[in-house]
Amino acid sequence: MYKSLLIDPAKCTSCLQCELACSFENEGLFNPAKSRIKVFEFEHGLTTIPYTCTQCEEAWCLHACPVEAITVNPNTGAKEVSDSICVGCKVCTIACPFGTVNYNSSTGKVMKCDLCGGDPQCAEVCPTGAIVYVDSDWTGYSKMRDSALEAHA
Amino acid sequence: MHHVIVGAGPAGVIAAETLRRKSLVDSITIIGNEPYPAYSRMAIPYLLAGDVAEEGTYLRHAENHFSDLEIDIRNESVTAVAPADKSVSLSNGESVAYDRLLLATGASAIRPPISGMDSPRVHNCWTLSDAHKLLNDVNAGDRVVLLGAGFIGCIVLQALVEMKLDLTVIELADRMLARMMDDPGGRMIKTWCEAKGVRVRTGAEAKAVEEKDGTLEITLGDGSSIAADHIVCAAGVRSNIDFISGSGINTDHGILVDNHLQTNIEGIYAAGDVAQGPDLSTGEQQVHAIQPTASEHGRIAGSQMAGEAVPYGGSLSMNVLNTLGLITSSFGLWDGVDGGERVASEDQAYNRYLRLEFRDDVLIGALAIGLTQHVGILRGLVQTGVRLGAWKQRLMNDPSQIMHAYLACVQGSRA
Repeated sequence: MYKSLLIDPAKCTSCLQCELACSFENEGLFNPAKSRIKVFEFEHGLTTIPYTCTQCEEAWCLHACPVEAITVNPNTGAKEVSDSICVGCKVCTIACPFGTVNYNSSTGKVMKCDLCGGDPQCAEVCPTGAIVYVDSDWTGYSKMRDSALEAHA
Repeated sequence: MHHVIVGAGPAGVIAAETLRRKSLVDSITIIGNEPYPAYSRMAIPYLLAGDVAEEGTYLRHAENHFSDLEIDIRNESVTAVAPADKSVSLSNGESVAYDRLLLATGASAIRPPISGMDSPRVHNCWTLSDAHKLLNDVNAGDRVVLLGAGFIGCIVLQALVEMKLDLTVIELADRMLARMMDDPGGRMIKTWCEAKGVRVRTGAEAKAVEEKDGTLEITLGDGSSIAADHIVCAAGVRSNIDFISGSGINTDHGILVDNHLQTNIEGIYAAGDVAQGPDLSTGEQQVHAIQPTASEHGRIAGSQMAGEAVPYGGSLSMNVLNTLGLITSSFGLWDGVDGGERVASEDQAYNRYLRLEFRDDVLIGALAIGLTQHVGILRGLVQTGVRLGAWKQRLMNDPSQIMHAYLACVQGSRA
């Protein structure tokens, strides 16, 4: 049983520590613009929603990649980008209907959540439990995904 | 059951892998006619730019990938299909019997029908062989004319600049990227390229090419001429369908296929750049000739051939491209429909552009320049056809709220 990121927007205070931890863990700098998780604010911050890749089963990004740069980590189930293979064509960024693969102009490659190899730093630093890393069945992501896709199956 | 797949590009390879996942016992043969391991044309510009070696263009990297999956890959040309005998003929005279057949023969680069295009100084930029010849023949500083500034032309343009060539672009249409960008967007890209030192002539038709003492002279429609050491031709591609003439398989621009990617002949399927299949937005049969459609076709054709019906309403036309650092994307019916509504925001100072097209309160198409974060949600919104409700008007007022609209309407987040 893989674990997933369970996100509860009601608990999010928009402290953005997840974005800082993500960019530091993966890019070596505290820069929310390079974070793979992003907190979106609604109603001037009244509602905030942390948003990142759900490691969906369809793996649109992986299938669209023309050079097999995106593969599944068998330990975590995460779809991971290999920087050494990615040519930076960005086809995955338009193929992912959830918009969770982004082009990184600093590296000329794409980046997406890789669950930090099984120890996701966003969940680690979240002070309110808005982001936790738990067994997949608890997350309800499949429900979210189904509602997103059933309209045009 | 023997599945024969003609073509070793993304559509053919993904179909074979999908078939193998669904059936451990069937025989699978891929017949490809290029003398390389299965590779991706998408990666060729990065080979030209020196970002990757030839191996970096390969579709699969494990040494025994295909033999481990018991997929037989043969390097031959298929010259004819005989549905009555359920066999294909090879150029070596052999014939190969099939139970189910997938035609995934892709497309070929075309050249404008003008004189002088047969010179060895005129290059295509479509296959690995083209890329090797170009790298071999062209040197930094050479004067190069790029014929065509469509999607492929603009990807190649980036590579040619990185090869440090003295570049002039000639485009017949009145703007760059005519099939994936509107007037304001096309202008923004042209201005961007010119600022980077590339000469761009839109609305310009090459009428003739003449070679004198190792220099090419390209005469344009307005009577002017351009001298160049080489021409790189990116004037478009055409589906490879000639080999099935007389087979009874229906064709138009490509091989006509239905919602199962099956041709008019049972047991014969087509996928990728050669297939003229259902377009998600229009329901009409179109040749997309894009990587996302090729990979989608491969998975669906493979499943169908394994006897598994897959619901499929068509593929979404979409593109993404980097022109000298300016990132452009297009989705679905970006040029709108009768009775539809649109909103566009343009920021010339920051080279950003976003155009959204609606039918009622549904997003049916989009164009973006300079958008690299969460751009896939444009696909998500178009593909799901989700109703935007009150968000439609908010987007008409401020299209930059698109990610918020997506979260609210697709992910069901309260806002």
